[in-house]
Amino acid sequence: MSPPPAKNAEASPLFVGVDVGSSRTKVAILDAALNLIGYDVRKSGTDFSLTADACLKRALGMAGRKSEDVVHTISTGYGRKNVAFSRETRTEIGCHGKGCYHYFPRAVTIIDIGGQDNKIIKLDDGGRRLSFKMNRKCAAGTGAFLEEMSARLDIPLEDMDGLARKSNDMVKLGSFCTVFSATEVLENIRGGKKIEDIVKGLFYSVIKRVLEMDSMTENVVMTGGVVAHNPYLVQMTEEQIGRPVLIPPHPQLTGAVGAALYALEAVQAGAAEENN
Amino acid sequence: MTQEKEIVIRRLKTAKDLGKFMADYYYELDDAAKSGKKKVAWCTSVGPAEILRGMGFLTYFPETHSAMLGTTRMASDLIPKANAIGYSPDICSYLTADIGAFLEGVTPLSRAFPGIESVPKPDVLVYNTNQCRDVQDWFAWYADRFDVPLVGVETYRNVPEVTPAHITSIARQMENIVEPLEKVAGRKLDMDEFKNAVALSRECSDLWEKCLAAASAVPSPLTFFDGTTLMGPAVVGRGTRKAIDAYNLLLEELEERISQGIGAIENERYRLYWEGMPIWGRLSMHSKLFAGLNANVIASTYCSSWIFTALDPADPFESMARAYTELFIVRSDDYKEEYIKNKLEFFKCDGIIYHDAKTCPNNTNCRYGMPQRLEKRAGMPSLVINGDLNDLRMLSDEQTKTNVEAFIEQLEERK
Ligand code: SF4
Repeated sequence: MSPPPAKNAEASPLFVGVDVGSSRTKVAILDAALNLIGYDVRKSGTDFSLTADACLKRALGMAGRKSEDVVHTISTGYGRKNVAFSRETRTEIGCHGKGCYHYFPRAVTIIDIGGQDNKIIKLDDGGRRLSFKMNRKCAAGTGAFLEEMSARLDIPLEDMDGLARKSNDMVKLGSFCTVFSATEVLENIRGGKKIEDIVKGLFYSVIKRVLEMDSMTENVVMTGGVVAHNPYLVQMTEEQIGRPVLIPPHPQLTGAVGAALYALEAVQAGAAEENN
Repeated sequence: MTQEKEIVIRRLKTAKDLGKFMADYYYELDDAAKSGKKKVAWCTSVGPAEILRGMGFLTYFPETHSAMLGTTRMASDLIPKANAIGYSPDICSYLTADIGAFLEGVTPLSRAFPGIESVPKPDVLVYNTNQCRDVQDWFAWYADRFDVPLVGVETYRNVPEVTPAHITSIARQMENIVEPLEKVAGRKLDMDEFKNAVALSRECSDLWEKCLAAASAVPSPLTFFDGTTLMGPAVVGRGTRKAIDAYNLLLEELEERISQGIGAIENERYRLYWEGMPIWGRLSMHSKLFAGLNANVIASTYCSSWIFTALDPADPFESMARAYTELFIVRSDDYKEEYIKNKLEFFKCDGIIYHDAKTCPNNTNCRYGMPQRLEKRAGMPSLVINGDLNDLRMLSDEQTKTNVEAFIEQLEERK
C-alpha cells in the first residue's frame, strides 16, 4: 500500500520528524521510499516553536521541496509539545528506538548520549521495546557535563575529541557528580597533569556513567549529538565492552528520523483504516 | 499519542464523607489539647493505637500531618529548616518537613480547618520501629521539646516468616509500654475497651481491604491517587466506630460503580500497580498524567499497609504483635516479591511503577534488583520514577512525564 498523495499532487509526499532536545533541535524529512532527503540541526534556544520552524525551512530547502508537500509531522524530545506545526507527539525513547531499528533491524541495546540526559533502550529482534532507562537527576555522563568541563578548562568543545585522542596517560576521575569531578580536574591541573590526559579522563567518566545504567546486549548502537561530535567516545566504548559499536549514518538525527518514520506509519495506518 | 484530549477522572461522592471524618477528627484533637479534657498520644502510623484507645487517649499521627505538608506543597520550604538544625536532607522528609513546620510555627491544619492554630500538644509519644528507625528519632525530638515521655516497640526488620519468637517478643514489648502509658493517662488500661478497639480496628481493616480489592474490577472504580486520601480513616481512625461507618459508605459506592461498569477514569486501557510512596505534592498532576494516557494506577502496596488481618480481640496483645509484624514493610525481599507478584495477578495489572523515593529507603523496593527479578518471574514490565514523598526538589516533572509516556508507549506495543 502506498501513502496518500501530498497536498501538492505533483510531488511525492514527505514525512517530517522534529526532535526538540534540551540542547539542539533536529528536523528530518523522509520521502515515501524512506530516504532522508533533508535535515537540519540548530540550538533549541528559548523559543522552541520558532527554532523548529527555522529547522523545517532549512531542511525543506535542502530537499528542494515545499511545506505543502508535508503530509504528516510528529514531534519528539523535551520540547515535543511546543512545535506549532505538529499535532502528534511520541517520546524520544520511542523515536530513538524506531530510528535505530530502521538502520539496524535486529535486537539491540541503544545508548543515546544527549545534551542533558542519557538513555539506554533495549529492543527485541522485531523492534519492540523491552525496556528503557533515562539517567537520573544529575548531569554526570551527559553532554552538559562535557560542556561544563570545556568551559572550566577553557577549551572549545569541538577541540575535546582531538585532545582526548592525543592522550597517552589518562587521568582517572572517580567522582560521580559533576561538581566533585570539577574539583578533581582542578586538583589534576594543580598536580601538573597534561590537559589531553584530563580530557580523556572526562570522556572515560562519561562512558562509565552510561555503562553503569544498564547491562548491554550483544549489539550496541550509539546515538546522540555528543556521540556525533565526539566519535572518540565510540572508540572508547568499544574498548570497554570489547566489541564493535554500531553507529547510524547521522547519530544526532536518530530521534528525528524515528519521529518521521512514525509519521509515515500513522498516515499508512489512517489510509488502511479508510480502505477497510 | 495525540495531545489535548479531555481528561475524565470521576470523583467518588463519599470522598466528602471521608473528608468530614478527617475534619471531625482534627477538631476533636484540637479541642482535647486546648481544654485538657482528654489526653493526647502521638502515635506512628502503624503503631499500637489500640492500646492507646484502651486508656482513653486521643491519638494523633504525625505522618498524616507530614503527608498534608506534602500535598499542600509546604514541605519543600520547611525541610531546609530541619536540615539547618542537623537533620540531613537525605533522611525521611516526613520527619524533616514536620520538624521544619514546627520550628516555623506553621501547619496545614490551620488552612484546612479554620480555628486550629497548631498541632495538638502531646502528653506522650508512642512509636513502633516496624516501619523504620526514623520515626524513633523524629518522636525523640518532640519528646525532648515538649518534655513528655517517649515509649515504643522495637520491631525486627527484614523478617522472612513471622515466628512465635517474634510474636512473643513484640507482644511483651507492647505489654511493657502499658505501665508508663497508664501513668500518663492517669488510669488503668481497660481490657474491655482495649479489646473493643482491637475488634473495631479489625472491622475497619477488613472493610478497607474490601474497598481496595474493588479495584480488581475492570474497569476499576478506584485509583491509587484516590486511595491515598481515602485511607485517612484507616490510619487515624482505626479502633473507632466512625471509621467503620465511613468505609461502609465508600464500599457501597464502589460496589455500585462496579455493578454499573463505571470506571474511575474514562477509558481504562492500561492497569498499573504503584510500588512505593505517593509523591504527595504531585497527586493531582500524576492522576491526570496517567488518566490522559488511558492508564489507571489501580493498586499499590502503600495503601494496603493499613490492613491488619491478624487482629483478634480474644488475644489482643499477641494478635497486635502479629498484625504489626506481618506488614509488608517489615518483611524480607523474598516475601515482598511474592506479595507483589500476587497483587499484580489479583488486580490484572499490565505494568508496575516503582517510586524510588530519595528519602525513604523503607518504602522503596527497587534498589536491590527487584524490578528485574519480578520482570523475569511475572513477565511484568516496569518503570522506576525517581522522586520523593515530600521533597519536591528531588524530582523532575519533565523526566517523570517522558518516562511515563514512554512506558505507556511500550505497553501499547505489547497490546
Ligand atoms: S517509613 Fe519512610 S516515610 Fe515513613 S516515617 Fe519512615 S522513613 Fe519516613
